[in-house]
Amino acid sequence: MLQDFAFVGIFVIVGTGLVALPLILNWLLAPKKPNKIKSETYECGMETVGETWVQFKAQYYIYALVFAIFDIETVFLFPWAVAYKQFGNIFPLLEMILFVLILAGGLIYVWRKGALEWA
Amino acid sequence: MTITQFFFILFAIITLVSGLRVVTTKTMFHAALYLVICLFGVALLFVLLEAGFLAAVQVIVYIGAIAILIIFAVMLTRGMMEPKGPTLNSQSGLAAVVAAAMLFILIRVLTSFQFQAVTADVPSDNVIQLGQSIVGQFVLPFEVASVLLLAAMIGAIYIARERKKGE
Amino acid sequence: MNPVNDIFIIIANFLRTLLGAGGLHLADWFVELIMAVLRAALLGTFALLIFMILTWIERKVVARIQDRLGPNVAGPWGILLPIADGIKMIVKEDTVPAGADKAVFNLAPLVAAVAAMLVYAVIPFGPDTGHGALAGADLNIGIFYILAVGAVSLIAILMAGWSSNNKYALVGAFRAVAELLSYEVPQVLSITVVVMLAGTMQMTQIVQAQTVPFIFPLFATAIIFFISGVAESGRTPFDLVEAESEIVAGYHIEYSAMKFSMFFLGEFVHAFAVCAVFATVFLNGWEGPILPPYVWFLIKSGAIFFIMMWIRGTLPRFRIDQLMAFNWKFLVPLSLVNLLVVAVADTIVRTMLHFTPDGNPWVWGLILFAVNLVMLFIAFGLLGRGARRGIDDRRTITRLPEDKAAAPASAQAN
Repeated sequence: MLQDFAFVGIFVIVGTGLVALPLILNWLLAPKKPNKIKSETYECGMETVGETWVQFKAQYYIYALVFAIFDIETVFLFPWAVAYKQFGNIFPLLEMILFVLILAGGLIYVWRKGALEWA
Repeated sequence: MTITQFFFILFAIITLVSGLRVVTTKTMFHAALYLVICLFGVALLFVLLEAGFLAAVQVIVYIGAIAILIIFAVMLTRGMMEPKGPTLNSQSGLAAVVAAAMLFILIRVLTSFQFQAVTADVPSDNVIQLGQSIVGQFVLPFEVASVLLLAAMIGAIYIARERKKGE
Repeated sequence: MNPVNDIFIIIANFLRTLLGAGGLHLADWFVELIMAVLRAALLGTFALLIFMILTWIERKVVARIQDRLGPNVAGPWGILLPIADGIKMIVKEDTVPAGADKAVFNLAPLVAAVAAMLVYAVIPFGPDTGHGALAGADLNIGIFYILAVGAVSLIAILMAGWSSNNKYALVGAFRAVAELLSYEVPQVLSITVVVMLAGTMQMTQIVQAQTVPFIFPLFATAIIFFISGVAESGRTPFDLVEAESEIVAGYHIEYSAMKFSMFFLGEFVHAFAVCAVFATVFLNGWEGPILPPYVWFLIKSGAIFFIMMWIRGTLPRFRIDQLMAFNWKFLVPLSLVNLLVVAVADTIVRTMLHFTPDGNPWVWGLILFAVNLVMLFIAFGLLGRGARRGIDDRRTITRLPEDKAAAPASAQAN
């Protein structure tokens, strides 16, 4: 099994080399004439005013949070799913249904509280 | 030195150095990126232990959800051109003494404890056995975990949602 | 062994004997290392070639859907277009905005492109004829590894958005990551259903477990996976975060020349990887009657990619709040319900009706297909009803003070 992961490691190195090749070619062959206008930050042709910061919009964070919860839920579901065919009786299915229903209840709570609205 | 030992030392050095850089770098965003490298190093250590499933779980949950949350928090509250603060403050001397004492205690405890090396082979169907134990032996922690996740979701939404006027 | 089917295995064995016992007498582990490097280089080159061919195909197909010719200047039928694009990208000047974080700025496109390419390591192009599957590495956590690699590309987007020192890049990166995170939930849940019916995460064994192609018993799952796959690749109708009229190219606004091309490459390679995974998991991978397995694999993935291009040429773009609402209020509940319904239906069909996937595959498949159709009918009916209700629910537009002052005055005048 370790040989397979070793191949993944080799693939990362070889892939990085393959992708870096055009980048190095670009660095070698392209002209480098930076001037003040070209190095300015792009804002549809206008001058930028003030520092680069974004108004704190909690909605981004809430989406990432709900995603984290569901991510951990699927991490629990995966071993169950892999072992699904080997279950002899119906109890594992009922336990998983309970698990998913509890988390679906959480999703309904979040929905009703309006935390999923973009505004 | 076997090849596994060589890779273990390499991955351990990656993890430790990036962990150190998390607390010594000046830009917060760089600290978050070093944290990502540190978590990736832990995933590589899981791979060395032949726990491929846990390595993928580490990447999916830690790097894909928790590190993203941390980076969001950093990016939303810090401007890019914010002046980079100093990494040491006036209490650094006392902190160094406390950290050295902690290191001393940890080394004493770890070297005096007899670790049992597990030499059995990792079964090839370890994920299936994990699934069977989730609904067999560990079914109560499994359901309690779902309640815990529910509590986390409700608590986070309650704290984070905007207060309407008059509440 | 069939020479056309096993041509890669024949070449590999020939190289092994050349480097090892027959020819150069190198050590065993060194021969394996060289073979692994060659395999990795072949897969990487395949990914880059696919990128080049797909840019040309995409522009031609979308042009024909829009009733125009598409590129036809660079070579006959515009075939040399990818090469012309490549040369242009290489000799363009690479501007770096002032105040950008140089190390992170230069690393971000590299991480994005490599993370997209890493998916190809586990995709099986052919069966296991005793010499190992025709794949890079047949990991036993195959499909879970693909989900893990998807998480790394999110970090690349955040790196690009942050280091550009540009408000629009930052906002674009936030929106892109929020969208990608959201659409990962139904994708992972639909993969869970597939793993449940296949009983393994290993890609070659998922293909072999499909006595009937999984698109029949898992029709709703296939639709959910396809929609979330299109959203994950950032293609229309979900490409709000990089459309020109919306946020002026989003998080890769400050990148020029080859670095921009790397982001573009990452997106196309990721889209084809989604098509390849769909073909492997739902359409029986490499199996087919006459042609060699890898040709069937390419045909199936290409057909799914054609559907993606078809959708791109036809549908308009979603707004960001429509995107998010569609995901969290429709796709995620649907995928949870789908998981429960398929688990219950499969248990009932297997234990009470005694139609197993091994015994009577097509009967089992078609009964589950009927269950899927009922579920989709109910789901889309509810969606339609919710959409119709949404049209009636118009938010009141806040009136400006001068309108309020003008309105009673005009009412008084009238």
